[in-house]
Amino acid sequence: MSIWIGKDTRLVVQGLTGREGSFHARQMIEYGTNIVAGVTPGKGGQQFDNTVPVFHTVADAVAQAGANCSVIYVPPAMAAGAIQEAADAGIPLVICITEGVPVLDMTVVMPYLQERGVRLIGPNCPGAITPGEAKVGIIPGSICAPGPVGLVSRSGTLTYEVVNHLTRAGLGQSTCVGIGGDPIVGTNFIDVLAAFNDDPKTEAIVMIGEIGGTAEQEAAEFIKANVKKPVVGFVAGQTAPKGRRMGHAGAIISGSSGTAEEKFAAFEAAGMGIMRRPIDVIELLKAKLK
Amino acid sequence: MNLHEYQARDLLKVAGIPMFDGDVASTPTEAEAIARRVGGTVVVKAQVHVGGRGKAGGVKLARNPAEASECASQILGMTIKGLVVNKVLVVPAAEIATESYVGLILDRATQRPVFMVSDAGGVDIEEVAAKTPEKITKLAVDPRYGLQPHQALTLALALYRDWAHVKAATRIMHQLYTVFMSNGASLAEINPLVTTPDGKVLALDAKIIIDDNELDRRPDLAVLRDESGEEPSEVQARRANLTFIKLDGDVGCVVNGAGLAMATMDLVKYYGGEPANFLDIGGSSNPEKVVNALKIITADPNVKVILFNIFGGITRTDDVANGIVAATKQFKVEVPIVIRLTGTNEAEAFKILESVGMAAMNDMDAAVSKAVALAKEAA
Repeated sequence: MSIWIGKDTRLVVQGLTGREGSFHARQMIEYGTNIVAGVTPGKGGQQFDNTVPVFHTVADAVAQAGANCSVIYVPPAMAAGAIQEAADAGIPLVICITEGVPVLDMTVVMPYLQERGVRLIGPNCPGAITPGEAKVGIIPGSICAPGPVGLVSRSGTLTYEVVNHLTRAGLGQSTCVGIGGDPIVGTNFIDVLAAFNDDPKTEAIVMIGEIGGTAEQEAAEFIKANVKKPVVGFVAGQTAPKGRRMGHAGAIISGSSGTAEEKFAAFEAAGMGIMRRPIDVIELLKAKLK
Repeated sequence: MNLHEYQARDLLKVAGIPMFDGDVASTPTEAEAIARRVGGTVVVKAQVHVGGRGKAGGVKLARNPAEASECASQILGMTIKGLVVNKVLVVPAAEIATESYVGLILDRATQRPVFMVSDAGGVDIEEVAAKTPEKITKLAVDPRYGLQPHQALTLALALYRDWAHVKAATRIMHQLYTVFMSNGASLAEINPLVTTPDGKVLALDAKIIIDDNELDRRPDLAVLRDESGEEPSEVQARRANLTFIKLDGDVGCVVNGAGLAMATMDLVKYYGGEPANFLDIGGSSNPEKVVNALKIITADPNVKVILFNIFGGITRTDDVANGIVAATKQFKVEVPIVIRLTGTNEAEAFKILESVGMAAMNDMDAAVSKAVALAKEAA
């Protein structure tokens, strides 16, 4: 496998029988992801599409179906509880797609996960895909191809845009990870960068940030000090006005902090390739991978 | 969601935080009555969601109730940075001995509520943070256990030496923490927290921002939204479940996904144009959303061209194409439309558009540069 998900992933879908959950579960199965269970309290004992057993709890899904990764499609008010349930059931990797989770809920969830050594990706994220092996979340499988480029992003559709450029240019991906657009997320850029740095299948890294906060600047410092592979980066929101929430809860420039220029400057200082446009990823990576 | 100062004051009052008397008024008569009740010189403050109210003439001093009425009639109905003032806050112009800053924010780095206090109050705290960070005391609270007594005391001691002040401020720290947690805030700020010559500690001005993600489960907070204080097109967009922010340019943008929407605006700028808006139609598409998006954008007289940029994942591009066709049948769009569609059901989408004589492209750069060129031609 590349990072975190792959052929060994045995996935449980929390919220499988809901509208979003069932739609995306079918897409994941079609892609080849090994979905071993679904969880919907009250629907335990049913079969989803005559193939996937549904359980009342994640603990049952682990005990009876051997799930080792969870993806969450439950409504925002229930998301924090669903994440904690997965952690308590012993799932080491939880990916929460749900958008709109109250941020105060996440302040309680995060220490809960840290105490149990559980990795959370998201919330409010498109999930992750290791092309040719497994996809967990909502990234369209058709635009990805296996290859040497690791991609990490705070965005959804902008990730697709960049992945599409990569695949069309013959630059396949080891793993693509969407970390989510919320102010508090379980996995940050540095976690993913460190994993790509250690992954023998990843030869170059693309990092897609956006305005708000200082995660990109901290990632740039980490890259300068630790990452041995070439990294190119983009920051969305160069034209965003101050003080406005640009769709993502985390995408807001407060005072003078969190601007795109500040983040691009940090990228330059770290010796990264600078993507002024999404399409620039092709030439920059081709030069670095030669 | 930003609260008005008077709404923030109400929440502090519920928690028992001491404040000067005062109230909100919608008419000069109400303002006069409040001024009479609180007595002495009062400040009349415009309640709008913009900075620089004072410079714009939205904050005035009144020495008596008659003057308060006069000030209120000048401020009510005035326009500050495009927003009409519908309410004024009337508070005493009190004598102040010292000013401090007390803020509680949801901090990304520690992933916790973090207090920031400083005895350099009444000023722009970001400036203090940038120039003299040693003047700010920070303290992260573990929300599982809440603010501990010794933590509140430490914060109060960072502001005051006088024990009566310290005791009063300790209490206020606990109360502000309660306001923050019980209202799903991402920021709760008292700036300034003042001491008076007779030894009281009082909150003079307050700012609260509620996490938008709380509003679905907290209808009691959702009703605090003042739509009259917002850009009308943004209100209309929110009702249609669209995320829309009006800007000053002439290239109207309709995009799916927040990151791609920002990148599209950036690319408009890259090719020499100016975006007229940020608009995210969201993940799951339905043609009605596209119709609403077009209505909102075409209502802006600055818009010279409309640019669609849709990357189909969950969003089906044929739904978007159907929406564009439906909208152009419902009302005449006077400006050219440039359409970029790629991804899920792209072939069907192209057919739908071709059947009504519209063309689409599948390359983002080509579409954006075309839209910018059309906007320049029309200018």
